[in-house]
Amino acid sequence: MTLGNWLALVVALILAAEAVRALRHRALRRERWRRFFRHRTASWGLGILTFLVIVALAAPLVAPFDPNRQLDIVHLTNQPPSWTFLLGTDLLSRDVWSRAVYGGRISLGIGALGALVAVSLGTLVGALAGYYRRWIDAVLMRGVDVGLALPRIFILLMAVALWDGLPFTALVLAIGLTSWFGTSRLVRAEVLALRQRDFVVAARALGVGTSRVIFRHVLPNAAAPIIVSAALGVGNVLLLEASLSFLGIGIAPPEASWGNMIADGAPSIYTAPWSTLFPGLAIALVVMSLNAVADGVRDALDPREDGGVE
Amino acid sequence: MTAPVLLRIRDLRTYFVTEHGKGTARAVDGVSFDLYAGETLGIVGESGCGKTVTSLSILRLVPEPPGHVLPGSLIEFEGRNLLTLPAPELRGVRGNQIAMIFQEPMTSLNPVFTVGNQIAEAAIIHQHLSRRAARARAIDMLRLVGIPDPEERVDHYPHQLSGGMRQRVMIAMALICHPKVLIADEPTTALDVTIQAQILELLDRLQHELGMAVLLITHDLGVVAGHADRLVVMYAGRVVETATTPSLFARPTHPYTEGLLAAVPRIDAPRARLHAIPGQVPAATAWPTGCRFHPRCPYAWEKCVAQEPPLLDVADEPGHTARCWLVTEPERRVAKR
Repeated sequence: MTLGNWLALVVALILAAEAVRALRHRALRRERWRRFFRHRTASWGLGILTFLVIVALAAPLVAPFDPNRQLDIVHLTNQPPSWTFLLGTDLLSRDVWSRAVYGGRISLGIGALGALVAVSLGTLVGALAGYYRRWIDAVLMRGVDVGLALPRIFILLMAVALWDGLPFTALVLAIGLTSWFGTSRLVRAEVLALRQRDFVVAARALGVGTSRVIFRHVLPNAAAPIIVSAALGVGNVLLLEASLSFLGIGIAPPEASWGNMIADGAPSIYTAPWSTLFPGLAIALVVMSLNAVADGVRDALDPREDGGVE
Repeated sequence: MTAPVLLRIRDLRTYFVTEHGKGTARAVDGVSFDLYAGETLGIVGESGCGKTVTSLSILRLVPEPPGHVLPGSLIEFEGRNLLTLPAPELRGVRGNQIAMIFQEPMTSLNPVFTVGNQIAEAAIIHQHLSRRAARARAIDMLRLVGIPDPEERVDHYPHQLSGGMRQRVMIAMALICHPKVLIADEPTTALDVTIQAQILELLDRLQHELGMAVLLITHDLGVVAGHADRLVVMYAGRVVETATTPSLFARPTHPYTEGLLAAVPRIDAPRARLHAIPGQVPAATAWPTGCRFHPRCPYAWEKCVAQEPPLLDVADEPGHTARCWLVTEPERRVAKR
């Protein structure tokens, strides 16, 4: 680690703290977001996520080594953490810290994009099924049943066979397109309940068109479960990517992701636990932070918790 | 009545398929009436008589499934049958020419949008106003319905308003496009009595200012007495009596109407046990044969069980009709019980 790297890291930390502080300051003006920041864990989760995202974005500044370079395959394999190698080196003498930082880009990217694909698709399908009911509902939901019944690993293996190894976009799509079934059921249930609510009937009585009713009157009222499911979805996609990489069908080496770092380090887990421990910790940290943020958002967006007349 | 007919309803039948597909609830079963321009028509009846389903049917808001309006029903508005209108044209009528306010102001507003946004929505859709212009209109409407500090209230969320205020907001939403017909489905039932009076006065005032016809649906005879020009009494999915308000209160002809009026406590009468109509409304899946009121009617005789009367004209009172054989055999009006 050079002085520059440390400096960049400290700056990232300050930026994250400052961003959360600024958000919090703005939030104090709005009751519902004040509720978000009352959750201490939610604030911490948001801070940790912001920090990790900044670090991943600023990877070239924070990482002292090329993540894929084997520094010295004879003398520098499985070095324990030190001032030079912050998190040690792996079996191939690559710097774990640098790989973790660059791997964060891939892992967080897949997590966010995969969850985005999954939640958008799930919300759309769930909303259509729940709002229109009848045969649309029957067809879509039987499709979801089929989707849930098929083992995902099997589908992904098939995708690997089709593409020659999975490029990033294909992996995101493959994961996103096989992860929306749960969300669609959740959204359908919400929409089924909401479509008969008085304010939805009132909106229709005012001549509001169907798509506007769905997107303006129904879905915003289902925002809390959708956002929560998105946040949890990012965590799930992250874990899925890790298990795929562990099986050797995820991100292709030498490119680093947190998942394939664990896979790479697994053979030497007794002699060099740091090469699996730290990417594992990163995944755990992100998933826990996301859960905390999801909790906070759920409370913040619940209009029933809003105070009465101000 | 010289005013033109705005809304002509003929033989409206709205049925519901009950759970498990076992039976059909005939919630509205052959209802006909006219709404004239500028008048207030009250529809009265107890819970489950089909008032609300009638009002929802007019704008095709009956939840489908399980409900459906039978073919052959007619709801004619300005020469067009609303029941067969294509969806885009129907949306052009909803909120623009026929608007509706609902019973529960607490749940009829979308909790995640400001009241200003919701009031402005209809104006943006139907009159293609810009956001800014629609907001200004929303503020005007809030002022019109008597909400203090409209510039501030426009940005409030529904949960920040009281029940009476929310009902005023609902009225503002419904009236922003100056509809020709306002359907008010129990607009005051969920409010306390002083607020009820304010809301009804507000509706009266707006009706005169905007010159619209109001279809006032209620179970409260006190409400219609002071505010409706004509009344339609419904029982068991049927119209049982229609009359001008004074004539209905002076000479209720159908025994059901009679029972309803007798059940209203009077402040000037000696204190006695309140009158109640015996029995309960039968289930909508199995209406009685003949006159649907006969099991509860104190005057019923064999003919009432066998044959349902048509709406018969009451002598000497134009526009007063009752679905009762007593109109032809008045000497039978002697209580058995």
